[in-house]
Amino acid sequence: MAEIVDAHEAAHEAATTAHAHEVHRHPAPTSFIRKYIFSIDHKVIGIQYLLLAIFSVFIGMIMSVLMRVNLTWPGSKISILGSLFPLGAPGGVMSPEFYLSLVTMHGTIMVFFVLTTAPQGGFGNYFLPIQIGADDMAFPTLNMLSFWVTFVGLLVLVSAIFVEGNDTVAGWYANIVPSHKASGTVGPIGGWTGYPTLSALGQKAGPGQGAGVDLWILSIAIFCVASLLGALNFITTMLNMRAPGMTLMRLPLTCWSWFTTAVLALLAFPVLLAAGVLLFLDRTAGTSFFIPGGLVISDALLTDHKGGSPILWQHLFWFFGHPEVYIAILPGMGATSHILSTFARKPIFGYRAMVFAIFAIGLLGFFVWGHHMFISGMSPYTGMAFSVLTLSIGVPSAIKTFNWLGTLWGAKIRFTAPMLYAIGFVSLFVAGGITGIVLGQTGLDLSMHDTYFVLGHFHLVMGVAAIFGMFAGLQFWFPKMFGRMMSESLGKIHFWITFIGVYCIFVPMHIMGIVGMPRRYSSFQEYNFLRSLDPLVMFVTIAAIVTAVAQIIFLYNFIWSIFKGKKAGNNPWEATTLEWDIPSPPPHDNFAGILPTVYRGPYEFSVPGAPNDYIMQTEPDPAEQSTVLSKDGSNGDGHNGHKH
Amino acid sequence: MEMATMVTSTERVATKKAARGKGERRAGGNGNPPQRNGGGFGGSGSGSEGSSEDRYRIGMWVALAAILMMFTALTSAYIVRAAGASDWKPIAMPRLLWASTALIFVSSITFELARKGLKRNDQQAYGRWLLLTVLFGLGFLCTQFLAWRQLVAQGVYLSSNPHSAFFYLLTALHGLHLLGGIVALDYLLLHAWRRRAPEQIGPRRAAAAGAVAIYWHFMDGLWIFLFLLLFLWR
Amino acid sequence: MGRALAILIWLLTLGSVWLFLSGRWWFPQAITEHGPAYDRQFMLTIIVVGVAFTAAQIGLGIALWRYRSTSSTDRAVYSHGNNRLEIVWTIVTALVFISLGVLGQSVWAKLHFQPASAGAYKVQVTAQQFSWNFHYAGKDQKFGRTDPTLIKDADLNFIGLDSNDPAAQDDAAITSLVVPVNRQVELTLNSKDVTHSFWVPPLRFKQDLVPGMAIKVHFTPTKVGKYELACAELCGALHFKMKSQMLVLPEEEHRALAEMPQAQFQAKVAELLNKYPFQY
Repeated sequence: MAEIVDAHEAAHEAATTAHAHEVHRHPAPTSFIRKYIFSIDHKVIGIQYLLLAIFSVFIGMIMSVLMRVNLTWPGSKISILGSLFPLGAPGGVMSPEFYLSLVTMHGTIMVFFVLTTAPQGGFGNYFLPIQIGADDMAFPTLNMLSFWVTFVGLLVLVSAIFVEGNDTVAGWYANIVPSHKASGTVGPIGGWTGYPTLSALGQKAGPGQGAGVDLWILSIAIFCVASLLGALNFITTMLNMRAPGMTLMRLPLTCWSWFTTAVLALLAFPVLLAAGVLLFLDRTAGTSFFIPGGLVISDALLTDHKGGSPILWQHLFWFFGHPEVYIAILPGMGATSHILSTFARKPIFGYRAMVFAIFAIGLLGFFVWGHHMFISGMSPYTGMAFSVLTLSIGVPSAIKTFNWLGTLWGAKIRFTAPMLYAIGFVSLFVAGGITGIVLGQTGLDLSMHDTYFVLGHFHLVMGVAAIFGMFAGLQFWFPKMFGRMMSESLGKIHFWITFIGVYCIFVPMHIMGIVGMPRRYSSFQEYNFLRSLDPLVMFVTIAAIVTAVAQIIFLYNFIWSIFKGKKAGNNPWEATTLEWDIPSPPPHDNFAGILPTVYRGPYEFSVPGAPNDYIMQTEPDPAEQSTVLSKDGSNGDGHNGHKH
Repeated sequence: MEMATMVTSTERVATKKAARGKGERRAGGNGNPPQRNGGGFGGSGSGSEGSSEDRYRIGMWVALAAILMMFTALTSAYIVRAAGASDWKPIAMPRLLWASTALIFVSSITFELARKGLKRNDQQAYGRWLLLTVLFGLGFLCTQFLAWRQLVAQGVYLSSNPHSAFFYLLTALHGLHLLGGIVALDYLLLHAWRRRAPEQIGPRRAAAAGAVAIYWHFMDGLWIFLFLLLFLWR
Repeated sequence: MGRALAILIWLLTLGSVWLFLSGRWWFPQAITEHGPAYDRQFMLTIIVVGVAFTAAQIGLGIALWRYRSTSSTDRAVYSHGNNRLEIVWTIVTALVFISLGVLGQSVWAKLHFQPASAGAYKVQVTAQQFSWNFHYAGKDQKFGRTDPTLIKDADLNFIGLDSNDPAAQDDAAITSLVVPVNRQVELTLNSKDVTHSFWVPPLRFKQDLVPGMAIKVHFTPTKVGKYELACAELCGALHFKMKSQMLVLPEEEHRALAEMPQAQFQAKVAELLNKYPFQY
């Protein structure tokens, strides 16, 4: 026994000495501005990203409800629209171009400013350093910069709404670009994918193709830069700043997913940036990267462009676009794995397989972009190659699903609000992912391309599963971030309504696609073959409205809990990873000057023989606990006896 | 330099290999203080107290991966365009660009000489060679600008033909990134001129210089690649 | 909570499956030669996918039901996984997915890996914002020369037909697609301005029309009738209204039409369009 005590003491000694001369890299800020506005603290920056995402998601959601209303009750008058955007929605009735600009902005805002910010920039920023045992990111100032550049990107995008839609703002903009006039849309109308030549020909191609597109490109370019700065930080931090004992195979799966997401972002966003630059030049500098010759638009022959290829844009865009969707989902997968294990009180099933699957998804994600282009006029042989690769990416996703089920099997499940969302993620990811097998086949995509089948597929995975990952993460980590618990009951009510709601909204869309409902139509009244779908259309819209309204419950819960939530200790969930070993909220440098030492993996739940059904990563050895230390209960606000 | 080679495309494979088998040996409480970074690989980083050299180096390679991807995307667009349409009329190379190439190549050499000076604590040499590097870098940008002026005088603009479009675009983007490099060099210069005792210079300055050096040499290499692309792949 | 959630998941699964199986909403009847093969592959895929979906959701529900934490449960099973299981389900999944993928290529190959047969009926299609132009070669079965510089919508020369070209004398360009039944049709797809997409759902394929490219597709319609034609690639504000129709005529009727001189072609087509009702 004595040797064990000595050995433990010796280790502790050595560790403390190594840490004893730790110097805070940056002292705690004091002014309000340095604390909450221009902060270089990754925790503040993480919350800033989350707030930006929450703001953006509500804008995007309102846009989608407006779209649904227009489709279901064509000609309906929405008076607020009429007053804000009299040109695009005269008398409150949406014009087709107004509708299409909603489609475009909804997609752009959701994909970039929600799905690429909160999961990675929000939770990742906050928790990656803590979970690996670091006091901050590798480059804190760069981190701050990446948030504020993202913010500027959002401002530019929002400006596109008003520059096109509002006469007053358009007038101001005309001071910079004299030819500009408000078009009545709320931004560009080319969809978030912005295919040329529609997006490359400027105002000739129609309303909303002028300043709206320029600002849209600019906003996305700014976002690309912000994303790259963030990715740089994540990768460097994870490679360089792990605490003693935190080997790669002891990292929580959240860290693996944030890391892989950052690598994807690093390699994909520059391509989008390149594409955006080329498109911008085509629009403004008379180049012809994407514009072929001999075009006749609005009965006028275009003579100033030739030789370009619209398909080139698609290649560049989707080379980015496909990894982008994995950027959107991987953090949610990491959070789900993490939360499922925690509330199942059981180690994650197949940790190594899960890491492998994350890598495989990340890597393969770069080789499948052509499946967005089967119908584009690309070589059909290339299409076949992409098809086979696309189907193989279903394999690591399936592995993850099996492992999640395996984690739940033989578990002792605690149905907390975060757990409900994590379970919801699994259900929704299966529902959405499985139809990828249909779309990934060239032969079947022949009919399914550009229909509501595609919409149903990607909304289930991106627009719902990923969002559930965020809900789960928020309910789970809220206590750590704000020192208070979110309301469990409100969370559960919100979960039930939303979970049912999203199934009702997006599963019927697959049927609509099978019947033949095309995408990006502002009205379905022209085609009789779509009439049979009217009841489904109505059903989806009602579900959408109910679900959208239910999000107020979430918002209320979030805001109220920040101020009035039940106070939380260090480890209210009895979890094992490093963030639960520090106060809620954490001190400025996370670990109060002394970095932790990691002794075991991240999912040591229900270890036979251990006094509790969880062992923290910082816990040296159960055998030693009883000899050396006196524990003070299992609510986790002690340091498991490992006092520094 | 094993860390450096691992951070780009091979990093995932490398980290996986390095990590296998390391986890188990790190059983706690046996008197072995676990390594920083868990001994996964490298391990010379020591977290927040700054092995800034490692951090800056990794960060720089990662940043370069992104920049490389952007130029790769543009290169592939270039190749596709060259193979495609019938209006591909490559412009004649302005002779000035040979001067550009020489200047940037020499600037890499002077930078390395500066770093050698820093290593043996010769502040004077460091400062001087650094200044020369900046001047050569500026000289490069001047020759680029003059080459542009020459082309404009001949009536070759951005929109004249696809090859000229790529020429202006690629040289502009490269020049912009190089300007960033010059700004970084000026930052180093500023610190070089602040006389400090050798103990105070420490690894920080070497780390910064090392990171900027990676960037600078990359820009040199990138220029040579673009030069060859624009005037050999036609 | 666990039981309630399990039941909810099963109900949602049931509802989703019912939507697909109810038969109330499904593909329109296929009217091409490759249509049945398409439908078979779709059915096979949707069944495999549906089984996987259902099994996963049922499994999820069972886990939630059985392993919910109750006072009597001791601890969870301490297991880090099972490598053999991982290997097995990885291989099975890979086999299933890859097989589906390989099987699915045959429809694609038939449509895209081989050119149209020699005797195919050819039509030139030119899309524009926001209408369709179908150019027929007329009796001489030679297409008259077209040139973008000759396009003038205002003069009703939507495709830039060169009236000086002798081959163009019997050509007709109208807004409807008229083809013969049971004979291969080859469309050459062009666009005047932006990317559009040719789509008639019962045909079981769609194809983008890309400016600067002339893309060929072929199919063999097998059922007489009139079908709605939609644009399937966002092309501007009136994308939703870019409507036309495809008329599949019996052999005799089509031959008579195809040989009609330019002046009468349009009127005859209008008459035929009235004759046949829409099939949905």
